[in-house]
Amino acid sequence: MPDAPAETFDVTVIGAGVVGCAVARRLTLEGARVQVVEKAVDILDGASKGNSGILHTGFDAPPGSLEQACIAAGYREYLEIRERLNLPLLTCGALVLAWNEEEEARLPALMEQARANGVDDVAALSRAEILALEPNLSPRVRAGFNVPREYVIDPWSAPSVYLQQALDNGAACRRGSEVLGGAFDGETWELETSGGPLRSRAVVNCAGLYGDIVDQRLLGESGFTIRPRKGQFVVFDKAAARLAQSIILPVPTAKTKGVVICRTSFGNLLVGPTAEDQDSRDDASTDGATLQMLRAKGIEMLPALAALPVTATYAGLRPASEHKDYQVKARAEQRYVTVGGIRSTGLSSALGLAREVHRLLVSFGDSYRPPQQVAWPRAGVLTDYAERAWARPDNGGIVCHCELVTRREIEAALDGPLAAQSLSGLKRRTRVTMGRCQGFYCLGALSQITEGRFDSPLAEDDRDAG
Amino acid sequence: MPGDAKALPQAVEVAVVGGGPAGLAAATRLKEHGVASVAVLDREPRAGGIPRHCGHYPFGLREFHRLLRGPDYARRLVARAEDAGVEIYPQTTVTGITPGPRLSLSTPGGAADMTAKKVLLATGVRETSRAARFIGGQRPLGVVSTGALQSLVYLAHKRPFARPVILGSELVSFSAIFTCRHAGIRPVAMVEPGERVTARSFTRALPRLFGVPLHLGTELVTIHGKERVEGVTLRGPGGAEQVLDCDGVIVTGAFTPEATLCRLGHLELDPGSGGPVIDQFGRCSDPDFFAAGNLLRPVETAGWSWHEGVAAGDVLTECLAGRLPAAERHLEIVVDHPAIKLALPQRIALPFSDGALTHLQLRVTRAAGGKLEARDGDTVVWSKTLSVLPERRLLLPLHDVVGKVRGATLSLRFSEVA
Ligand SMILES: Cc1cc2nc3c(=O)[nH]c(=O)nc-3n(C[C@H](O)[C@H](O)[C@H](O)COP(=O)(O)OP(=O)(O)OC[C@H]3O[C@@H](n4cnc5c(N)ncnc54)[C@H](O)[C@@H]3O)c2cc1C
Ligand SMILES: Cc1cc2nc3c(=O)[nH]c(=O)nc-3n(C[C@H](O)[C@H](O)[C@H](O)COP(=O)(O)OP(=O)(O)OC[C@H]3O[C@@H](n4cnc5c(N)ncnc54)[C@H](O)[C@@H]3O)c2cc1C
Repeated sequence: MPDAPAETFDVTVIGAGVVGCAVARRLTLEGARVQVVEKAVDILDGASKGNSGILHTGFDAPPGSLEQACIAAGYREYLEIRERLNLPLLTCGALVLAWNEEEEARLPALMEQARANGVDDVAALSRAEILALEPNLSPRVRAGFNVPREYVIDPWSAPSVYLQQALDNGAACRRGSEVLGGAFDGETWELETSGGPLRSRAVVNCAGLYGDIVDQRLLGESGFTIRPRKGQFVVFDKAAARLAQSIILPVPTAKTKGVVICRTSFGNLLVGPTAEDQDSRDDASTDGATLQMLRAKGIEMLPALAALPVTATYAGLRPASEHKDYQVKARAEQRYVTVGGIRSTGLSSALGLAREVHRLLVSFGDSYRPPQQVAWPRAGVLTDYAERAWARPDNGGIVCHCELVTRREIEAALDGPLAAQSLSGLKRRTRVTMGRCQGFYCLGALSQITEGRFDSPLAEDDRDAG
Repeated sequence: MPGDAKALPQAVEVAVVGGGPAGLAAATRLKEHGVASVAVLDREPRAGGIPRHCGHYPFGLREFHRLLRGPDYARRLVARAEDAGVEIYPQTTVTGITPGPRLSLSTPGGAADMTAKKVLLATGVRETSRAARFIGGQRPLGVVSTGALQSLVYLAHKRPFARPVILGSELVSFSAIFTCRHAGIRPVAMVEPGERVTARSFTRALPRLFGVPLHLGTELVTIHGKERVEGVTLRGPGGAEQVLDCDGVIVTGAFTPEATLCRLGHLELDPGSGGPVIDQFGRCSDPDFFAAGNLLRPVETAGWSWHEGVAAGDVLTECLAGRLPAAERHLEIVVDHPAIKLALPQRIALPFSDGALTHLQLRVTRAAGGKLEARDGDTVVWSKTLSVLPERRLLLPLHDVVGKVRGATLSLRFSEVA
């Protein structure tokens, strides 16, 4: 890596989570020269690693909040661009369900809130109507309403292709470089990173779980403190996806949206997340007792789940803060924007947040000229609800049998400017080892295909064995 | 990589899904009986099944009357099948089954369809993953099943760790020790949640023999480490927890049939065995589909699975010749005791005639002793006093029992002596 920055960019985006990826895309499309700097060896390694994959309408967001506005804008833009970027959409809709009297009493207010947020197609449902829509639900359900435009998307393909589009249109990305400090001389930021110095005329902090720390490193202070909130999930076998068409949402509380039952874009069914406050910003551990509890909760709502095997478990960390709303703050005098505390809706709001960031930079007096020609990369198809590579000629043969991932898909993911550099990165790009057997069948073959590609290889060579 | 892919036929007499010992045995048998076109479809680059990566003895006693290592055994099975005229299609994944019988396939050349007069499913078993066991912690590299370890060591010549913990004490857990030794890996402990070693008694001395400390009555609760395994938390018999330093975890055994095709398709599954519901002919709920080998249940040996394959080949030959009686009604086998994990066949086609499975196969969930009874309503038609352990074969001769039953169900109970 060079020691002196080769170029002064217009903007440095710190962090390649879903927010940073969307911001890099928007600013590039507006004509800024953007560089993204990410401390992990791969993108999407923080909060954006593990979420529920729901494209929220924002029906339950606080009316008038920045969060609500960004979700609405992000939602709209996702629907506009997703076909060109080849991103999936499961138009399944959601049912908000009450399971006791107290929850039932809160339904009318929630529907009011939804309408206030512009989600005006919600409709109350009786128990009989709910069971007619979702016959596998436990008849213990009392009442609810539907939110027809809550959808499911792919939590990794979307941000990856946002960043890819930024790169295809001239942005740069440095992975494995942590921003350690920096100084602003009135015109230019000089950032110190573990990968060498970087220079730009503006900085956007999208550091997610480290947003407050990055603020402190660069500004000496932060207007918020990250309070990581863990969410654990249990993922059921693909056969379980037949059991629920809609996203099954509980009545949310002040703290959390609650435990959801939801299909994934990949054809599974997930139950989660929990909401557990913790100090660690890195440790997304699961624990057996909580996973058991989630499974039981799933079975309570959808009894037929009892007969279905569990495919995977995981946890994600929300970058929550002491504030309820997003912490987006522009400091014009330092040409610096913080996009912090994007706790539980960032996948939906990212494109909207990115427009907000652009607006703020323009308010600094910046003006960029959008490129004449815009490149539109296409995401690989990972959804089970569309034709996948294994059905097409010259796929190189299936390597991961449970997720039907082909050799060509793996090779493609190991190639290019955003090549996977870790098994978890390869998983997010291709789904290898994420199915029922969790690597039983394909780990041997994968260790050969990925040889020499990862910092942390799957296995060492054993030339003596045979 | 295998040589040039053969063109897949669109229609065959018998399509065998899975080219392990069971599938290859059945296909070979069918050819020996003169069945015109028999295709074995296997998703791996080579047929042979699990034994391909079991680099240890003993395989082949029943089949070849000699002691072989797994890979040699697998090669011989393939050679014998090919000599008999079986067409083997490797790198051919069956992605779906539908009535017809019809198979949806994926090959390196793309998607394809195949129809057959009859289909034999022989997709084997795998181990239960760490995730499905709800073992907590982060998700570092270095947590593998025995199957994955074997394919890393024997097929890819790689070593995923140096000092792993082995979870489980089934027979396969001991093959994990052999596999480790082969690659110069030194397991630091063997952890078994049960009170005793699950595998047969002769293996009990093995951990000590190999210097692997055995922790009985101990659960593996948490895996530590973000990038790589750095240790595990064990919870011992008294509930006390300790952290053990290690750089890998081998999650062994707790086998489960690879019944994905049945689960996603239209065939009835037995929650007890995890495999398809079959009758004594190995016939599934859709009688155009048959099943054999370890897909039927966790878990038997290669030799046993091979034998089931041979029997399935005989039955399928009869079936193609129109000599297999259709079921007029069924005698349902009902498991009526929590200590009994599974019983198969799950139903008997009546009027009774001998099929591929001559015995009811039972497994228990835990060590149990007492009287095992087969009842027709209140009448005991068969009983035996015995004591059994999990993962042990327990057989009940169908012939002795079925003729005595008047009702529509045969229930299996266990009167335990404390
Ligand atoms: C359990 C759970 C369920 C959720 N479900 C949904 C949902 O269904 N729908 C929805 O819309 N949202 C959902 N979310 C929310 C969504 O996942 C988050 O809002 C979003 O991921 C936040 O993204 P981010 O880019 O702000 O943060 P991050 O993803 O954490 O990105 C920040 C990046 O910055 C990097 N970084 C940190 N410090 C530095 C540094 N010093 N130098 C360089 N790089 C640095 C990090 O490595 C990281 O990659 C859920 C979240 C969780 C945890
Ligand atoms: C890790 C492990 C170790 C074992 N060690 C021993 C041992 O040491 N000794 C012993 O006797 N037994 C052992 N066994 C038991 C083993 O199951 C049997 O030895 C034997 O392999 C069973 O034969 P089978 O034909 O039923 O299944 P398998 O040998 O498992 O063969 C199934 C075949 O089906 C193919 N297949 C599966 N799904 C599809 C699909 N959708 N499309 C196309 N092809 C498909 C697979 O690629 C595979 O080749 C072990 C099992 C495991 C899992």
